[in-house]
Amino acid sequence: MVRISLDSVNALFAAIAEREALYIPTDTAPGIAQFKKWQSGMEMTERLKTSRSAKDFFFPQTENLVDFKVSGKKIDIIDPREETEDFVIFGVRACDAKSFEILDRVFLSEPVDTYYQNRRAHGTIVTLACSRPSESCFCQTFGIDPAAPGGDVSAWKREGFLYLEPITEKGRTLLSGLSALLEECPEDAVEAEKESIRGILKKLPLASLTPDAFGGGKTEKYFDSEKWKSLSEACLGCGTCTFVCPTCQCYDIRDFDTGHGVRRFRCWDSCMYSDFTKMASGNPRLTQKERFRQRFMHKLVYYPENNDGIFGCVGCGRCVEKCPISMNIVKVMKTLGEDET
Amino acid sequence: MPISEFKPKIVAFCCNWCSYAGADLAGTNRLNYPADVKIIRVPCSCRVNPIFILRAFQRGADGVILCGCHPGDCHYTTGNYYTRRRMTLLFSMLDYLGIEKERTRVEWVSAAEGAKFAAVMQDFVKTVTELGENKRLEDRRCKKP
Amino acid sequence: MQEAMKKRAKELLASGEVTRVIGWKKNEFDYDITPAVFESAEEIDRDFRYDDFCGPNLSKFTFKNQKNDTKTLVFLKPCDTYSMTQLITEHRVNRDALYLIGIPCFGKIDIEKIRADGTDGILSIASEGADVTVKTLYGDKTYVKADVMAERCLACKSKYHTIYDELMGEEGEVMETGRFNEVEKLEAMTPDERFGFWRGELSRCIRCNACRNACPACTCESCVFDNPDTGISQKAAADSFEENMFHIIRAFHVAGRCTDCGECSRVCPQHIPLHLLNRKFIRDIDKLYGEYQAGEEVGQRSPLVNFTTDDAEPDIVRKGGK
Repeated sequence: MVRISLDSVNALFAAIAEREALYIPTDTAPGIAQFKKWQSGMEMTERLKTSRSAKDFFFPQTENLVDFKVSGKKIDIIDPREETEDFVIFGVRACDAKSFEILDRVFLSEPVDTYYQNRRAHGTIVTLACSRPSESCFCQTFGIDPAAPGGDVSAWKREGFLYLEPITEKGRTLLSGLSALLEECPEDAVEAEKESIRGILKKLPLASLTPDAFGGGKTEKYFDSEKWKSLSEACLGCGTCTFVCPTCQCYDIRDFDTGHGVRRFRCWDSCMYSDFTKMASGNPRLTQKERFRQRFMHKLVYYPENNDGIFGCVGCGRCVEKCPISMNIVKVMKTLGEDET
Repeated sequence: MPISEFKPKIVAFCCNWCSYAGADLAGTNRLNYPADVKIIRVPCSCRVNPIFILRAFQRGADGVILCGCHPGDCHYTTGNYYTRRRMTLLFSMLDYLGIEKERTRVEWVSAAEGAKFAAVMQDFVKTVTELGENKRLEDRRCKKP
Repeated sequence: MQEAMKKRAKELLASGEVTRVIGWKKNEFDYDITPAVFESAEEIDRDFRYDDFCGPNLSKFTFKNQKNDTKTLVFLKPCDTYSMTQLITEHRVNRDALYLIGIPCFGKIDIEKIRADGTDGILSIASEGADVTVKTLYGDKTYVKADVMAERCLACKSKYHTIYDELMGEEGEVMETGRFNEVEKLEAMTPDERFGFWRGELSRCIRCNACRNACPACTCESCVFDNPDTGISQKAAADSFEENMFHIIRAFHVAGRCTDCGECSRVCPQHIPLHLLNRKFIRDIDKLYGEYQAGEEVGQRSPLVNFTTDDAEPDIVRKGGK
């Protein structure tokens, strides 16, 4: 384990940015933090969470897939991809770090999504332990430990120092290049911090939430539940929850007529939208109730069914904070799970 | 690009009954106006949805002008009165967003005003040429590489 | 007030005057409020809530959850009554199936303002008079209510109810609170500054459509931005042009009908001050076509479906005369 004084953290950022692109969460508007490319003078936010998740780095909201250039009767097919540059994301929370594993199972299983794979291969993730979890956090429900946040390198802030621990080979490579700035410290230097975080976790209002009532094989149990109607009645059908979610992975592929060709791109889609999976025969989910159900069934039942019991939610709590009408997965789990106990 | 080389693309929405006929008259009278003006004929100036104006910019227009019958002379009696309110508000909104207010214009041109049509277009093209390329309301995907 | 509302709702349910009640209910946290339909006295006793966190405008919720064959009681704050009046004017709700009760509003608290102050781990929050007390995992805090009130409430346009069958509490008045100050500030900037300002704001847009879906004036069956046949449908802004396009057109489509309830800015997860676009239209309409407040009375004619023969020419923008 190594450490650096928090006063010198800018020197560390500068050293990383010299070699590859560095992204840190920074305040971009009152109450809004976002990952931005680091430039000299940029401060890391004090906020726990960025308002958008970190999935943008690997699965951006819009991405060009292919260009068709039309000249006369000839059509050229152009691959617009450029080799992604190496980059480091600093300050990813444990929940977001875990979300990459969930996305990996979707995009890196056969057939591999090479756009995603390309970005994933070039990214190094430095996580940061959550010293002050929020009331909306429930990552522990899904077995995530924000005291040991994972990633390629894990980091902790404690008493004026930033502690760094490499987890993977990528992480070791990153830190070995920065050794001039870092000092060695005992392996147990952050034990007290971990204890403190775990102590707070026990006191969180959502600490007792469990996913035990859900998982693969529960489709028939919940699909026709009467409760979906009242749960979904206030849903506006906006895409806020899906777009701030670190694990939502549905996308749409569209063509844009540029006037001199066609650009085929993909963009995030939301199961909350009335035209989600619309086909020639119409939309298979006719009302907001079915769309609403799709989102939660996907995260709590369908995904674990197809992925060895792993849930499609990491408990980051963004949807809890951002939903305009305060309807969220926590409420759904509590309401549907009531019958279980 | 130096100003002298810059040829603006202008979209002119002309109502069928007055302004399009005015453009025709300019032609039959052999009055010159810049070839950079692309006319789109619409049944009434009132047919022009604000989306049309924005789409014209998206698709590469550097200036958009809307021509209709003089107020009071609308073929459909009152269409252009609505146009007048809508476009005033739209142009004001574009200005509010920091988009150059000289890039949009409404002119009333009757079927008898071929000379006015040519003069308006010359003036508008000159104004937009001085402004240069539309950057603030462009869609980069539509730019030719 | 909450208890009086509960009592009245239960009375009306018991007498058979209404069969459904539209109000607010609490969720996980003190500040989490969801619009809801209540159909029994038990539900009302258990979940009904009215306090300084009940921000959601129930007019849109009523529009989405209306039933023609039965009477529904709806509680409306002053700004919600403007939206309701506008919906009735536009024949988007059936007035005969509604029983409207006007309720007072003392300004709603914006939890995001408390969060923006760095307060996190909120366990409970209570608003009492001018004080807002927040208990958190990391210590307690007290705020002055005016400091954490929603922007829209700080510039409240009216405490007056434009429509109701019954009023609870005192009737208020239309107020002048400088709601156009921000618009004027922007108008006073240079075009470059304005362009910079709006790019900074609109580039945060994630196109979640929360502004549109929460808006009581956005009641189209199918939005132009969702309809592939319009040629401008989009699910995400693939270019900055599309960010501008969406927000200009959305504001334009509600111009003259927007009552300035402020839901668009309240629901924006990216804190974009969308109300400043709507207020610009309201401001221009007031200046050019005479003072107009949408939702003031049933049957008003919106300025954009109206005209006079001596209206200002569009040139007025270019010549800076407005």
